[in-house]
This record gives sequence, C-alpha cells and structure tokens, in this order.
Amino acid sequence: MNASPISETISDAVVIAKRDLLVWLRVPSFIFFSIIQPVMFVLLFRYVFGGAINVPNAGGYVDFLMPGIIAQSAAFASFGTAIGLAKEIQLGVVDRFRSMPMARSAVINGRLLADTLRIAITTLVILFVGILVGFRFHDSLLEAISMIVLAIVFGVVITIVSAYCGIALKNEESVQSFGLVWLFPLTFVSSAFVPVQSMPGWMQVFANNQPVTIVVNAMRNLALGQPSGHDVLLSAIWLIAIAAVFTPLAVRSFSKIS
Amino acid sequence: MNNAIEAYDLRKSYGQVKALDGIDLSVEKGKILGVLGPNGAGKTTLVKILTTLTHPDSGRCLVAGFDVVSQARQVREKIGLTGQTTAIQEELTGAENLEIMARLYHMPKKAAKLKALELLERFDLVDAKDRAAKTYSGGMKRRLDLAASLVGSPSILFLDEPTTGLDPRARIGMWKVIENLVGGGTTLLLTTQYLDEADELADEIIVIDKGKIIAKGTSDELKRNIGGDVLNVQVAHENDLTEVSLALEKLAAATATISREELIVRVGVGSRGSAALAEALRELDRLQISIADISLRRPSLDDVFLSLTGHAPTEGANPQGSNVGRGRKKSSDER
Ligand SMILES: Nc1ncnc2c1ncn2[C@@H]1O[C@H](COP(=O)(O)OP(=O)(O)O)[C@@H](O)[C@H]1O
Ligand SMILES: [Mg+2]
Repeated sequence: MNASPISETISDAVVIAKRDLLVWLRVPSFIFFSIIQPVMFVLLFRYVFGGAINVPNAGGYVDFLMPGIIAQSAAFASFGTAIGLAKEIQLGVVDRFRSMPMARSAVINGRLLADTLRIAITTLVILFVGILVGFRFHDSLLEAISMIVLAIVFGVVITIVSAYCGIALKNEESVQSFGLVWLFPLTFVSSAFVPVQSMPGWMQVFANNQPVTIVVNAMRNLALGQPSGHDVLLSAIWLIAIAAVFTPLAVRSFSKIS
Repeated sequence: MNNAIEAYDLRKSYGQVKALDGIDLSVEKGKILGVLGPNGAGKTTLVKILTTLTHPDSGRCLVAGFDVVSQARQVREKIGLTGQTTAIQEELTGAENLEIMARLYHMPKKAAKLKALELLERFDLVDAKDRAAKTYSGGMKRRLDLAASLVGSPSILFLDEPTTGLDPRARIGMWKVIENLVGGGTTLLLTTQYLDEADELADEIIVIDKGKIIAKGTSDELKRNIGGDVLNVQVAHENDLTEVSLALEKLAAATATISREELIVRVGVGSRGSAALAEALRELDRLQISIADISLRRPSLDDVFLSLTGHAPTEGANPQGSNVGRGRKKSSDER
C-alpha cells in the first residue's frame, strides 16, 4: 500500500544500522557482553574447566571449544537485539519512525544489518583470542572461512528469533527473562562446551537433535578437518526453517505494534 | 481546503474497550486544538490514528487533505509527532539524534548537520549538543524530542501530553517553546490532562472522556459552561453536608456536588468568585456550621468532569483498571 522505493528501503536501513552500531560502541555494557564476556569464557573454559573435560578430537579441548564458544556468543549477543527493539518500541522511538516518510522495514532491516556486522566483528575477535591461546584450524582456508560464515548466519538467524521476542514482548525485563529460558538450554545443553556423550542418556536425546548442536558440530567439523557435509546440510535446513518461521512472525507483530 | 485536520466519526476498540467512540473534529490551518481528557480517555489512540500509526475501525480522517489510511505516505510527509514518551536515543548526543532524523528524512549529510544545528540553537541545546542525551534534564530531553519532530519541517504537529511529568518551571518553558512554534503557521494538535495547559495554549479545546467528545469550544466558552470559579467547602461534620449544599446552591443559583469521603461540597460560582466566597462565609456563619476549610478554585479538569459527567476524571486512580471497567459499563449501558 505504502511501499517505499528500493533505494530508500536500503538507504534508510543503512542509516538505522549506523545508528545502532554507534549506540553499541557507546555503551560499555553492550561491548562487555558481546566481546569481553566471550573472551573471558574462552579463557575460563580453556584454562579452568578445560583440563577436566575429555574430548575425542585431535588438538585437544581448545580446538573443540572454539566453534562452540563462537556459536554461544552469537546466540547470547542476540539479547541485545531483543532488548534494543523492546526498549525502542516502549519509548515510542519506533512509533516516531513509523510516522515519518521513510521505509517502515528499516527499523528491523537496519538492526539486522548492524547485528550481522556486530556478530562478524565479535566472531573474529573471539577467534583471534582463541588462536592466542592455542586454537588452530586443521583444514584449508576454505573450511575456516566456511566455519566463520556459518557462525555469522547462525547468529543472524538466532537474532531474528530474538527480534521477534523483543517485538512481541515489548518489555525489557520480560525479554531478559524469557531470553534466558530458551537460550540457556539451547546453548548449554548442546555440544558447544562438552561432548554430548558425557551427558545422561535422556539429555542426549535433546542435545543431539537440537539446532545449536547441529550447527556447532558442522562448525567443529569444518574447523577440525573432519567430514562436514552432512552436518552443514542439516544446519542449513534448520537455519532456513527457523528463519522461514520467525521472519514472518517478526514482521507481522512489528506491523501490529501500535 | 482550509482545515489541516478533519475527522468524521472515528471509532476504535481494543477488545471490550471503546478507546474512541465516534469522534468528529476539525482543526483550521495554523490553529491549535487542545484535546483535554483524563488518563484512558482515548487521547493517544486519537493521535495514533491521525499520525497513521493505527487504523481506525471505522470513520474517516484527513490530515493535510490526505486520507490517513489510504494516503498514509503523503500524510507522513506533512506531519511531526512527539509522543507521550521521549522518543530519543539516550546513548547518542543531541546532535547525533537530530542528524539521524534528518538523514531519515533523506537530507544529504551536510544539510542534515545544518538542520540539526539550527534546531539545537532554536531549542537552546547548543551547549549540550555533544553530550549523550541521557545526561540531559527532563526538560532538555523533551525539547530535544520536540526538536526531533520538527526535523521534517512539518506543517502539522502532534504533541501527546508534552508536559506530563515535567516540573512546573520546565513546564512553563515548554509552553513558551510551543507558543513560538505556532508563530510559524504550524497547525498543532496537543493533548493534555491539564485545563490550564489547554487554556494557555489552545485556540479551541475538545474535552474527551471514554472515547467521546463531551464538550468543545474556546477555553472561555468551556469555562462559562462549567460555571467558572468553583467554591469548595469542607465541613467538619458529615451531617452538615446537605445543609451546606442547599445553602450554597441558593447563593450560587447552581447545582452543588457533594463528596462524602472528603466532606466537601463544590459549587460553580461563575466569575463572581471572591464575592461568592464572602457571601458563603457569612451564610455559613449565620447557620452556625463549623467548616474545616473553604477555598475558591479556578476550574480544573476535575471540575470540568464533575460538571460535565458527574464523575471525577481520576476515579479509581489506576488508569488501566478503571478504564477497562468504564469501557465495559458503557457498552452494556448502550445495549
Ligand atoms: N494497544 C492497546 N490495547 C488494548 N487497549 C488499549 C490499547 N491502547 C489503548 N487501549 C485502551 O484504550 C483506552 C484509551 O487509551 P489511550 O488512548 O491510551 O488513552 P489516553 O491517551 O487518553 O490516556 C484505554 O482504556 C486503554 O487502556
Ligand atoms: Mg495517552
């Protein structure tokens, strides 16, 4: 009905993305949660817990850990998206944008754009720290890049889910607590930090068949130079399916917020 | 066409609650309409419909000559909105906030910077322009918020409760800013819970309650309708209430209202405030009724509501709860 021209759809989203990145850079706690905290996790698991965790792969725990921690960080960083959106809806920022002659989609697209960049940056920082503490890719550059791309795509898809939560709940506190309810089990009851075989049998059933494990396995196989085709395909199916469900949900609740 | 805003029979329900229950209004170009009503009256819903954020269930509405539903984009080119909450990004500076707004109005970078600076000067924020907005005082935040709604040089501006929550000084500062705005020919629709604010700023006022217009006119007309000054008498003993009420009605030649909880009798005394006060004192003295307090008040929103609807606007104190209740009551009454 009131569709904006494509050029405007893009340029408005870019303005919003720049704005969101600027906010991210300005707020110490955002930086802390998206960069410092994952780095601390790397060190903690590498040096404190790692010694007690037996892993089957060559290269030891640090090589097992890094793909998991990258995925977990991307997932947790999506909190920022949900909280940011909820806050801006609550404060009327989104209403103001919607009363302006700009692309309505820019608020979501811009944020996803900013988040993609943010996830890419944090992934590289974590990877860099990982390499400093002994992590190595076991295969070619192509596999390494594929792992990074998969991590970013995973982060973006989780961010879409979080964006939907933020838009639907519209309230910072509910978003915080609800986020924990689904993000914690998904990231920790997975192969991200420990081999699934070390969990009780009933838990393995969940852990083995949930998307975080599947994506982390694909990333890990890419990093360790193990056969990865099956897991990558399965990851792609999961991620596409999740995006296909949550994108329209997010868009629909966004267009209804007033 | 001479009207900047026209609305015909706007209706909007949220479940059982009729947020708007048949609103008609028009605002001439360059004029200020004050929409006065208590919490939950439907003010924000009205503003949201007029600014294309929400579609009405029925009714039609033209802003700047364009239909808010089918020509939303054209409407958005003409309007500015300052909502009930300060819609600024507090982590960013004042200048950044305005520049981003300007960029979203598709101004080139340089023009955006200039526009931001111009507005910062106009709203007395130049000294604070490079500070994060979260360090601003309440009044400064509101001014920045208002400035943000002017970036697109709107010809019609909507302000939803622009001074709610401000301290009295900041409030008066805000009034000045708003008065200056309109000098430039901008049409303004502002909502408020305060009669004095509508009185101060608006050319015309509509009073809404439960989604309906219950009175309209200039502030003088309204005050005449609600009886001008109001005399309040608080008695010491509950059983004096009726006698006091009868006495006051006789001397004011108007109907008095009794609040049993507060032990207060109120009566409108028109423009003869102080004479009526003196008369009342003499009369009560003659009747030997002991009073706890007597005072004369300029009409407030409470009085408007008391005289127009027979109930106080803040009844139930909790806006959410009481609104739902009121909405239900009304829909069953109508059946
Ligand atoms: N999104 C919504 N969902 C449900 N009820 C709503 C919604 N918005 C407003 N209402 C209800 O509609 C009525 C009018 O609300 P509103 O327009 O916000 O009043 P005001 O701005 O005058 O305080 C209230 O009873 C309110 O609870
Ligand atoms: Mg309101």
